[in-house]
Amino acid sequence: MAVPGGKYGDLRVDLLEIARMVESGSRVLDIGCEEGALLDYLVHERRADARGLEISQKGVNVCVARGLSVVQGDADADLVNYPNHAFDWVILSQTIQATHRPREVLTEMLRIGRRAIVSFPNFAYWRMRILLLLFGRMPNTNTLPIPWYETPNIHFCSIRDFKLLCDELDIVIERYVAIDYRGRPRPAFSTLWMANFFGAEGLFVLRRKDDTP
Amino acid sequence: MNKTQELSAPPDAGPGADGVGLTALLGVDKPLQLDCGAELGPFTVAYQTYGELNAEKSNAVLVCHALTGDQHAANPHPITGKPGWWHHMIGPGRPLDTNKYFVVCQNVLGGCIGTTGPKEINPATGRPYGLDFPVITIADMVRAQAMLLDHLGVENLFCVIGGSMGGMQVLQWTVSYPDRVFAAVPIATAANHSAQNIAFHEVGRQAIMADPDWRAGDYLTQGVKPHAGLAVARMTAHVTYLSEPALQKKFGRNLQDREAITYGFDADFQVESYLRHQGSTFVERFDANSYLYMTRAMDYFDLARDHGTLIKAFEGTKTRFCVVSFTSDWLFPTSGSRTVVRALNAVAANVSFVEVESDKGHDSFLLDVPEFFTTLRGFLAGAAEHRGLV
Repeated sequence: MAVPGGKYGDLRVDLLEIARMVESGSRVLDIGCEEGALLDYLVHERRADARGLEISQKGVNVCVARGLSVVQGDADADLVNYPNHAFDWVILSQTIQATHRPREVLTEMLRIGRRAIVSFPNFAYWRMRILLLLFGRMPNTNTLPIPWYETPNIHFCSIRDFKLLCDELDIVIERYVAIDYRGRPRPAFSTLWMANFFGAEGLFVLRRKDDTP
Repeated sequence: MNKTQELSAPPDAGPGADGVGLTALLGVDKPLQLDCGAELGPFTVAYQTYGELNAEKSNAVLVCHALTGDQHAANPHPITGKPGWWHHMIGPGRPLDTNKYFVVCQNVLGGCIGTTGPKEINPATGRPYGLDFPVITIADMVRAQAMLLDHLGVENLFCVIGGSMGGMQVLQWTVSYPDRVFAAVPIATAANHSAQNIAFHEVGRQAIMADPDWRAGDYLTQGVKPHAGLAVARMTAHVTYLSEPALQKKFGRNLQDREAITYGFDADFQVESYLRHQGSTFVERFDANSYLYMTRAMDYFDLARDHGTLIKAFEGTKTRFCVVSFTSDWLFPTSGSRTVVRALNAVAANVSFVEVESDKGHDSFLLDVPEFFTTLRGFLAGAAEHRGLV
């Protein structure tokens, strides 16, 4: 477990929340692994057989130089190459809103993995609502710091939207948790309404309906 | 004298004036079965080792050389006097750290620096093999390498690594002997040779065979050598190892030791002079027939054809892969590496893939490209950690 100031002291809290769910020795694919913070933790603290897929070549090179197994690629194009049930966990952290076909990505994730963890910025977070409603501006927040003209994010959704898509795709939501603007999980926001209003991010654990947990 | 030296090295371990170094006679009891159907044996493999094999025999690294490389990867070359072709990669504190790893590099089958090839004596005739030497494949080269490792008492390789034709051997190793390879680093290579690559090789071969001194491959017995043809082959190939920007940056239209063009066919331009020099030095150390056999082996390489599909070739692999390509390499472009990576993903293999930014073309894998080295160090450290090598 990470200790403040230790090797993994600056691991993002939402990533730590994800890492906690991954059982020791699991096979994991981290899509959009950036410079490998979560992967490194999973490999060394969870003894996971963890791999990464990262769109930026610079990120990939940093990961490989850290001794992590990462290939260059993106969620839209490259998940089709993986075989069924190759992984226990497929993780998509803060990336689904940047994919071209989020629906297909979700389906693919649950084809190649037994379970999926997806986190994304919640567009119905109360600060976002206020920025739009009162100021008429596209929201810039801690979670979404990049202005509209430079953001890679093209498919925003709210926690409620995401739940509806899961229902439509027959995906079982094993659990979800709202993450506050500091990246801390807030299980107290337990109803969908509260999570959707107070959560800066949503974090979902998913499996297919025909898969037993 | 430690155990490794006893195993692998006679007292006169340094390469002698013949340029060969260590040798082993293999296939004495049982000849090597070649893909073409012929048998070869006994045959000699010339090799070099660096570092020491540990007690668990778990730290062996096989370095596979490219088309015109040889076993002198990290020691000064006995013929040219130049540093080994991967001297900045292999050695104490280098990415292939000889304080940590036992590095073996062999002259491939069909080569011309001590391993049995077309220039060696055919025991059946008492004369150099020439074109009587059987056509060999990358898989044959790998079989011979495995036999040398058996001879050295090395069952499992921590890593097999190499670029270009060496990278083909790396891929072949993971398919032919999947259980013997813990980690594999195929660099600037592909799972088959493209039409363009075959085309360039054919130009080289035709240049050699068009040289009247080639004598239908029998030049050694007739006391001549097809130097002009082999030099042209080398010059053509050398252009494919570089990149347009690298050539432009290095030579531009600069003139060679003159103020103005001479209205003749001397090497007016620096780039001409450079290529002529590349050609003329190459013929001193390389055998023309060997060049024919090496290029043929690369042309025939096609892992997908041999196994139905590339995915089938890699099925069940437990090896950790690190696939490396270079942005300016147009001979073995990144797309070829990506094809390998996709097939490895399809079998859920443990694979890393790095495209390194370099303007040096295919030759980048032989050069000190910092990002390339950083990547390799990281990959090897990660693999060593998983292998339990401290």
